[in-house]
Amino acid sequence: MDDNKIKIEAKNINFYYGQMQILKNLSVNFYENQVTAFIGPSGCGKSTFIRLLNKMNELAPNSSVSGEIYLDGENILDKKTNAVKIRRKVGMVFQKPNPFSKTIFQNISYGLQLCKTPKKLIPEIVEESLKHAALWNEVKDRLHKSALELSGGQQQRLCIARCLAIKPEVILFDEPCASLDPISTSKIEELVLKLKKYYTIAIVTHNMQQAARVSDQTAFMYLGELIEFSPTKEMFVVPKEKKTQEYLSGRFG
Amino acid sequence: MFSLKEKAIKLIFACLAFSCLLFLLAIVAALFLESYPLFLKVNIFKFIFGKSWYPTFDPPEFGILPLISGTFLVSVGALFICIPLGIGSALYIHELAPEKSRKILKPLVEFLGAVPSIVFGFFALTIVAPFIAKTFNLPTGLCALTASLVLGIMAIPTITSISEDALSFVPNSFREASYALGANKFQTMFSIIVPAASSGILTSIILATGRIVGETMTVLMASGQAAVIAKSFFSPVRPMTATIASEMGEAASGSLHYHSLFAIALILFLITLAFNILAEKINQKYTKK
Repeated sequence: MDDNKIKIEAKNINFYYGQMQILKNLSVNFYENQVTAFIGPSGCGKSTFIRLLNKMNELAPNSSVSGEIYLDGENILDKKTNAVKIRRKVGMVFQKPNPFSKTIFQNISYGLQLCKTPKKLIPEIVEESLKHAALWNEVKDRLHKSALELSGGQQQRLCIARCLAIKPEVILFDEPCASLDPISTSKIEELVLKLKKYYTIAIVTHNMQQAARVSDQTAFMYLGELIEFSPTKEMFVVPKEKKTQEYLSGRFG
Repeated sequence: MFSLKEKAIKLIFACLAFSCLLFLLAIVAALFLESYPLFLKVNIFKFIFGKSWYPTFDPPEFGILPLISGTFLVSVGALFICIPLGIGSALYIHELAPEKSRKILKPLVEFLGAVPSIVFGFFALTIVAPFIAKTFNLPTGLCALTASLVLGIMAIPTITSISEDALSFVPNSFREASYALGANKFQTMFSIIVPAASSGILTSIILATGRIVGETMTVLMASGQAAVIAKSFFSPVRPMTATIASEMGEAASGSLHYHSLFAIALILFLITLAFNILAEKINQKYTKK
């Protein structure tokens, strides 16, 4: 375990909405090319936490945050850190598939245009991203049709492709399978396992089995606190904390 | 027993709803019946494309091209004003404004929409016309430009409130997705939000056009009332609505002049109907997706 290289280091994170404290003194490390899963009952702050990693918290009014999150040595939470730069390094896939009401091709080329990718390279990168997201074979004949005609699972893979296209280093999955059927879910899970070779991944999930299947590290959160953070294999076999054990055995949640 | 009562209630509401159709049919019938005698004597093409409008001369001439061109000129000018202002305010109010200014601006724009058109007419007469006359050194400020300006201002609320609705239908997840890809506020607004709301915005423009074309009181007061084909925005013009309103009082009931005014109204009605159908079609296309 010693060859784990830290990609993101979050230290003493507190997060408030108005007067309400959502995250309490959280510290978590994300290791390069590993999947870190966040589990815990609804409202425990999992999504709130990973949204800090690409500065999406800045879009929420009335919120404040303290602590430090280092991505390759740069503090993400620092007000001076450029949000655009961080978001290109830290991509995000959301709970509900949210393709733009544009064509499949345009959904992916949009991000590329934002980073001023030369026009000539775009078709190639679109194809490559769709292949990485295991969607190419299903859509190669209708790249210029509306993305909204795709099924929910396909839309979510399109969102993953869109995110891969701008070549991030970290990908955040915020309950990516919450609105998908079991077959689409297993496709996304396979994809996550494949992608970790190239990316550092964080995944929020309601589904404990999903965390067990895809992750290397698991963080269990409860009421804004990090109760336990250990390698997935250990946590699911011998949880260190009583709370974790209770949650994993379905006594609450 | 219960179901009979329900049926009766349903029938009553159906009657109320369909009364609209009845009114529309009655309006069309009135327009047709009253303009029909004119078309017995005057060729319809000569009527629409005739270049002189001298209904009281002997022999009278009934060519409404100058009136149509007046309506067209004034409407195009008004659209140039209300489209950028209307859409710009909608974007500011919905996408950019801090909560405080949004709370002030939104009711203000709606209030602008509630101002009676005669008040806009006075505004045109006392403020806009003298200003235009002075600025461009014209003998009179009552010209197409003045009418366009005031009509444009009148139509802003239509565009703003419908466009704003369209913007609010764009799911927040689009914004999030765009930001997460590294877009800034303006890139998100112009590349994602506006295209997603485009059919609603287009509908607002068409409805505003309908309002502008059909507006009477303001153009009657502001346009200068010259029934000739205008050479520029600085010439006085006489749109169709203003012609009807100003001549109806003096045309002898049942005369050819009288019938010709109904014929103008019929043409106007058909134009606004076309705009409404167009708006409906766009809306349908939008909601199907």
